[in-house]
Amino acid sequence: MRATHWLIALSLFVLFLSGLQIFNAHPALYWGNASEFDQPLLSFGGGDRAFPSWITLPAEQDLAGGRRWHFFFAWCLVAGLGVYLVANLSRGRIGRDLLPTGNELRGIGRSALDHLRLRFPHGEKARHYNVLQKVAYLGVMFVVIPLVILTGLALSPAIDTAFPPLLFIFGGRQSARSLHFFGTTILFLFFVVHILMVVAAGPINEMRSIITGWFAIRAVPDPKSTNVKQVHDSD
Amino acid sequence: MTPINRRTFVRGTLAAAAGACLSACDRLTSSTAIGGILKSAESVNRTLSRTLIGQSLAREYPASAISAHFRANGTTEPDSESYRRMAENQFADYRLEIGGLVENPLRLSLAELRAAPTRTQITRQDCVEGWSCIAKWRGAPLGSLLNRAGLKPQARYIAFFCADAPANSLEGKVQYYETIDLNDAYHPQTILAYEMNDQTLPIAHGAPLRLRLERQLGYKMAKYIMRLEAIESFASIDGGQGGYWEDRGYEWYAGI
Repeated sequence: MRATHWLIALSLFVLFLSGLQIFNAHPALYWGNASEFDQPLLSFGGGDRAFPSWITLPAEQDLAGGRRWHFFFAWCLVAGLGVYLVANLSRGRIGRDLLPTGNELRGIGRSALDHLRLRFPHGEKARHYNVLQKVAYLGVMFVVIPLVILTGLALSPAIDTAFPPLLFIFGGRQSARSLHFFGTTILFLFFVVHILMVVAAGPINEMRSIITGWFAIRAVPDPKSTNVKQVHDSD
Repeated sequence: MTPINRRTFVRGTLAAAAGACLSACDRLTSSTAIGGILKSAESVNRTLSRTLIGQSLAREYPASAISAHFRANGTTEPDSESYRRMAENQFADYRLEIGGLVENPLRLSLAELRAAPTRTQITRQDCVEGWSCIAKWRGAPLGSLLNRAGLKPQARYIAFFCADAPANSLEGKVQYYETIDLNDAYHPQTILAYEMNDQTLPIAHGAPLRLRLERQLGYKMAKYIMRLEAIESFASIDGGQGGYWEDRGYEWYAGI
């Protein structure tokens, strides 16, 4: 499980950097089937590089190289997601751990406020995903990543020929390209918040739990117990 | 450590790790072993999309979808003396040569190409850079021309040799060329186009004759075609990768 997290993370990382390289080849977005060059939806960089070399893969302008990285790690992402989904669905983990309850959804405002104040659940509650995590993880896994994969496929003239409804769903190939970019932007924002939360919640402990499954919980003051540290396997 | 210091520390470490990873990735891209691994995705993609796609036709659009401005990419006017002379004469002296592994080599004028079976299609062209444009194309289906020439059994690819020379090398000009396999050559939408949007094909778009290969990206669609040959392998042509852009690192199979 944790291995698939890191395979997915690495794949998304490479896909992001090489995707920016590919985007630099024509840094403008359009809506519809084709590109009306004088009516872009968004246009970056005034014809120059939109994204600087330190964030593209390869660093220098190299569309062919960027495409090779992108297509190889697209398959790595598919492999990571495949194993993740099969393992989690077969063990019922997604329903058990990730589906928020009605009560939790009603408390989502409160939870958001607590997170903004960097007040995180402690004790028993820290063992489970809280409602914001559940909504974010489910949204990324079942909405944003599938959107990015499907819009990516819709960019292929061969796949469009094999599955014409793909173009219909997204409103045309250039719309699909724009949605691919916006979906990636959401994934990037998720990544930023995800990292900030790990750091704010105590990076050493969190990283240990993500890598090894072991983590420490700061106990809530409990008169019946003197435990200050419990160690558990999350998986 | 205070939280701020810890955060700064972690952020600095992450940035340094990302930087190190990026420069490592650049070294990896230029290493041929890694290049080979990365390129392995191409054959998977080719096999898979060929299986999914079969002989289906690329989407054709209504006339209302035709792009007001169709971008001309690559060479927009070949600068060779012989091409210029042909163009001045409206390509009346142009002859398409069909040779290589064929029973009856052909030399066809534009009038003869126009007299051959024709097909008209309004299709979308996707450039490898990311943009798309739609136009109406009219031309001779490649398959019927190849049948007229009669392919020899060893023929596996069709190579297109063009009038444009987009680059220079130490040995002189590097001519544009492209290769496709027989599966694509005989696809009904694969045509040698001499008309675009009901007009004679403009020079910027490949006059007098260009390839339309609707299920792949624009760089496969050779412009300014002078000669085509049926061949068994493209390993001995120029860089050996099967095309001008392929020799510069792009995939031979450009379906994605």
